[in-house]
Amino acid sequence: MNDSPNKDNAEKVTGALPARIEISLKINGVMKRMEVEPWTTLLDLLRDRLDLTGTKKGCDHGQCGACTVLVNGKRINSCLTLAVMQDGAEVTTIEGLAEGEVLHPMQEAFIEHDAFQCGYCTPGQICSAVGLIAEGRAETLDDVRELMSGNICRCGAFPNIVAAIRHVTASNEGGGKR
Amino acid sequence: MNSFSYTRVDTVASAVREIAADSAARLIAGGTNLIDLMKENVERPSRLIDIARLALKELQPGADGGLRLGALVTNTEVAYNDEVENRYPLLSTAILSGASPQLRNMATVGGNLLQRTRCCYFYDLATPCNKREPGAGCSAMAGFNRAHAILGTSAHCIATHPSDMCVALAALGAVVSVSGPGGERSIPFAELHRLPGDAPHIETTLRADEIITGIDLPRKGFRAHHSYIKVRDRASYAFALVSVAAALEMDGDIVKEARVALGGVAPKPWRDPMAEALLKGRSATRDNFHRAAEAMLRDAKGFGHNNFKIELAKNTIVRALSQAVAGEAHS
Repeated sequence: MNDSPNKDNAEKVTGALPARIEISLKINGVMKRMEVEPWTTLLDLLRDRLDLTGTKKGCDHGQCGACTVLVNGKRINSCLTLAVMQDGAEVTTIEGLAEGEVLHPMQEAFIEHDAFQCGYCTPGQICSAVGLIAEGRAETLDDVRELMSGNICRCGAFPNIVAAIRHVTASNEGGGKR
Repeated sequence: MNSFSYTRVDTVASAVREIAADSAARLIAGGTNLIDLMKENVERPSRLIDIARLALKELQPGADGGLRLGALVTNTEVAYNDEVENRYPLLSTAILSGASPQLRNMATVGGNLLQRTRCCYFYDLATPCNKREPGAGCSAMAGFNRAHAILGTSAHCIATHPSDMCVALAALGAVVSVSGPGGERSIPFAELHRLPGDAPHIETTLRADEIITGIDLPRKGFRAHHSYIKVRDRASYAFALVSVAAALEMDGDIVKEARVALGGVAPKPWRDPMAEALLKGRSATRDNFHRAAEAMLRDAKGFGHNNFKIELAKNTIVRALSQAVAGEAHS
């Protein structure tokens, strides 16, 4: 570590690394082409390469839900998928939910119901809730609680999160159902 | 995560060819378990072979009136499929009791079968584990083993199989289709997972060069009388301490056929034909359920922290059978 590697060694090491892979992703409606290392997770790509830091890294093991994004309309943990695996996919992050200055109804509802304190889990909560609405399975408050169990809020804002989501599902009656 | 190379394959034949030629490679589909294990350095493949785009994503009519699930159908797609909900509600209920919606959206049914144990010592590189490093020793045996197995253990490993879906598939008597260099073969569900014995690192009877292509559900779905009860430390998003899938065929008050599968208590989804036979042809009474439960746990052995599971499993079996008779799917 103390000696800086000479040029030959550096080239050897670089040469031994698996090739970067070119992928394309449609992120928040915009086509992006880029080269990624195979081990780059979708989460790290979003945050470190594309500066979309709204999506948060919490546990990095699929347990907390802070990294939830929508891929082809479905909510997933972006920490547990590799960017190369999602080549060709459409990704929607928290930055892509609003239309210009007009917030997504779920964003409005989170503000209306004061559904956060520190806000770290909030982008994941909101993306997850948008996915939940599309799934059309949350008919009762208990359904909402069960189907949001993949998103942990360390501040304990759960009652208001559930109320915000219920507000949107209720105003969607008939529209968001299966 | 270590560095690795990445290959995407388009056909089952090319997947088989790639995996047969490279023992340091791993197949990846949903990735929910493998990527996590790679981040923990428990798995260190030199190459990933991405099979997520293979044409194994259909749910379609199977042989003899059954239903075939392609290996790459997601857990969500299975659980919310109309035909599965109508004909195999036990399977839907079990799947929906596991993981989170995000994980179920990613995880495939083929991957679910092959997920690794969540034994904390398996994940902890600082402690010995025979599954991770054959011959190293088992830290759970005399360690913190509250979540560990009470049935089917060996002196080398007491880890549990973590799946809920597999418990339902065991009860339903599913059949797993695999493809390898020699062609296709079918593995009855009870024969897919191995007990640890003296080689706990070998968890299935799948060969290293084989790939799971699908799961066949037999015609009988036990729609009228089934139950899946999962007992865990919190109401949602936790692994089972004990889970029970019960499926009955009734003739009035008499049990015509009984299937009982246990999760969270053994290295594989646990069935016991001898205990099930005690139910057959008898009336559906609590006494008879107790007798079957006692039989099913007759060889159970606790390791200290998990002793409570023995009584818990018996009680959960009785309750699951009672609910199945009453037509109450889950609690």
